[in-house]
Amino acid sequence: MVLQTVWFILVTVLFIGFFFLEGFDYGVGMWLPFLGKKDGERRVILNTFGPFWNSNEVWMLTAGGAMFASFPHVYATLFSGFYLALVLMLVALILRGVAIEYRSKRESAKWRAIWDWVVFVGSALPALLWGVAVANLMRGFAIDENMNYWGGLLPLLNPYGLLGGLVFVALFLMHGANFLSVRMEGELAERARKAAFQSWIAATVLTVLFVVWTFFATDILTKPGVNGLIPAVLAAVALLAVGYFRRAGKDGLTFVMGSLTVVFATIMVFAGLYPRILISSLNPAYSLTISNASSTPYTLTVMTIVAVVFVPIVLAYVGWTYWVFRQRLGLKSQVVY
Amino acid sequence: MDALLLARWQFAITTIYHFFFVPLTLGLSIFVAILETKYVRSGDEAFKKMAKFWGTVFLINFAMGVVTGIVQEFQFGMNWSEYSRFMGDIFGAPLAIEALLAFYMESTFIGVWLFGWDKISKKAHLAAAWLVAIGSNVSALWILIANSFMQHPVGYAIEGGRATMQNFFALLGNPNVWYQFPHVLSAGVAMAGFVVMAFSAWHLLRKHDVTIFRPSFQWAAVYALIGAVLVGVIGHFQGQFLVQHQPLKMAAAEALWETEKPAGFAVVAAIDEAAQSNPFEIKIPGVLSFLSYNNFSGEVKGIKQLQEEAVAQYGAGDYIPPVALNFWSFRIMVGAGMLMVLLALLAVAWSNGKREIDGKKGFLRIMQWAPMLPYLASTFGWVLAETGRWPWIVFGLQKIEDAVSPNVPAWNIIFSLVALGALYGVLAIVAFNLAVKYGTADVKIRESAAAAD
Repeated sequence: MVLQTVWFILVTVLFIGFFFLEGFDYGVGMWLPFLGKKDGERRVILNTFGPFWNSNEVWMLTAGGAMFASFPHVYATLFSGFYLALVLMLVALILRGVAIEYRSKRESAKWRAIWDWVVFVGSALPALLWGVAVANLMRGFAIDENMNYWGGLLPLLNPYGLLGGLVFVALFLMHGANFLSVRMEGELAERARKAAFQSWIAATVLTVLFVVWTFFATDILTKPGVNGLIPAVLAAVALLAVGYFRRAGKDGLTFVMGSLTVVFATIMVFAGLYPRILISSLNPAYSLTISNASSTPYTLTVMTIVAVVFVPIVLAYVGWTYWVFRQRLGLKSQVVY
Repeated sequence: MDALLLARWQFAITTIYHFFFVPLTLGLSIFVAILETKYVRSGDEAFKKMAKFWGTVFLINFAMGVVTGIVQEFQFGMNWSEYSRFMGDIFGAPLAIEALLAFYMESTFIGVWLFGWDKISKKAHLAAAWLVAIGSNVSALWILIANSFMQHPVGYAIEGGRATMQNFFALLGNPNVWYQFPHVLSAGVAMAGFVVMAFSAWHLLRKHDVTIFRPSFQWAAVYALIGAVLVGVIGHFQGQFLVQHQPLKMAAAEALWETEKPAGFAVVAAIDEAAQSNPFEIKIPGVLSFLSYNNFSGEVKGIKQLQEEAVAQYGAGDYIPPVALNFWSFRIMVGAGMLMVLLALLAVAWSNGKREIDGKKGFLRIMQWAPMLPYLASTFGWVLAETGRWPWIVFGLQKIEDAVSPNVPAWNIIFSLVALGALYGVLAIVAFNLAVKYGTADVKIRESAAAAD
């Protein structure tokens, strides 16, 4: 049980990293065609995450890989069950990656305009789909006694799931705009600040709705033992602080508070699930938990040693790159993408 | 079509496609790092230009490798959930370790490399180049550790219907890894050499930037020769290992129906799989014995006998891989490999020292097209490696038919096949055009396009 809990926490940490880092990447991608009016401006926007986005995406791959290694049944149930949603997400992520790499490699205005919209769709769709997926995880879905979900895509697109999707989109828009406010200077940064405030309003309204619905429709916030209530309160405080610091004109603190919102919201989800990972809506006994879905203690021990040695190293060099490329970008900066 | 067949097609398409981009990433990352090392040591600006130029070709290719790699990680769970449940305890670990040790490293330092030319010291930048190269190749090592278990399971037990890991170090020490990884790595080196020679040939024929492309060609020729020779030598020993451990794969690759002692090597054959015979073949006596055991008299078991042995060991069933596919895959791989050695030898002979390759116009024209060879060899090498394991997804432990997701209907797979297939088709054209456009542009256009300069 201890090892399984350790890995539940590690997977949570990987998802926190993923939503925190890819969250602003998706946000920046969604803002790209709106905040950047001219080609030069769009290039600056893309270059704000230029050195980082590749490694940010690895958080998702590592979260997936870690889930496969530590809770193979969860990986198998989730990925086969959410099949069509994942196909859409894969298409979006493939397009997005190629678009970012290729859009500035040719002069043609048409070429670049097409790829810019591909970046938008490739960022918005995964944000939406992750939100839908997480909301369905919180409420549970029809997993049978053999750990299989047969329902397909449509039952996942229920109103609660869709609201979850919108919450993710709004939060990531806010998070992305906060990131852009820290990473850019001059007129472009001003636009980002305005966008941050507007998306903060949308995110706050949607989040309140979602949390209220969550309270009534799920046991995430209310179940006895470990639950998501305290992190939910912390996320709410952080979210309110985003608005406060944005009005006060503090770019750095606004970004930090937005990041904390994402972090605490993710903790809320996983704390509310624990010790379940995938909740069956058919029968609680069919749920996948840290005990019935995990790898053997031997594999978990090996993986723990690997993680203890390498996670700090990764964090150190990833952190170093954010330090190296900390300078704000403007229209006169050198751009690569 | 049923879900199983569709899922197999999907795996074949996405994996072959992904592997169009992987070997070049492996080989070119090291090549760029070598060029940059030369620049930092000598201060010769030409080598900086070379590193930047081939670095951008690397990036165009790398981007495709990364995005198609996401599909690779997802599809085990999507299409092969029973496999994932059966193998998760063993297979998930190398995948997670690959991400943690290799993906972070290559993707972080590619950002540093690309954006860091003026931000960090020369030496730190060089370190970034090497970390990208190390990260890429370490990632290949871990994925091959995972694949090697499927080819040759070691260090496991079957408990409660699942394969469980008993010894992590046995996984790392799997002999199959230490044939397969050097084989794949040297194939990548050869491919990078041929791709660099092809673009260089294009420019040399037009007398563009000779100071950059002449040395590029020269270095790439040596690089390609090393890779092509090594891939062949290692492949030979790998084949002998497989004769021992996956005899049906090798018998199928030789279309050897009957046991022979000594065994002849069929250069070409007409294969009738239904009748289990070859109506026509050209055979060189004794050569297959030599390839299998390094002597000309050893007995090599035929498909029919091996099928009987497999039935005795695993129970009733068809254990014969697609013979014609394996036979021709093997010949395309080996034939392309031999041509690569020949072309690389000529390239080295005609470009080494003070010799100028520019004059050999006919040869340069051929070399523009020569990258087809390593791409063919790599692709068909994997076709042999994977289809030759039929009917096993994990050799001797789980059959392909038992591995597929039970809850994914055929039309879902068709949807994803069509969506990903169409996307891959379009992107192949885009990436190829962009690589050619960039690779063949003159310096001025290139520098404004790369803009980092």
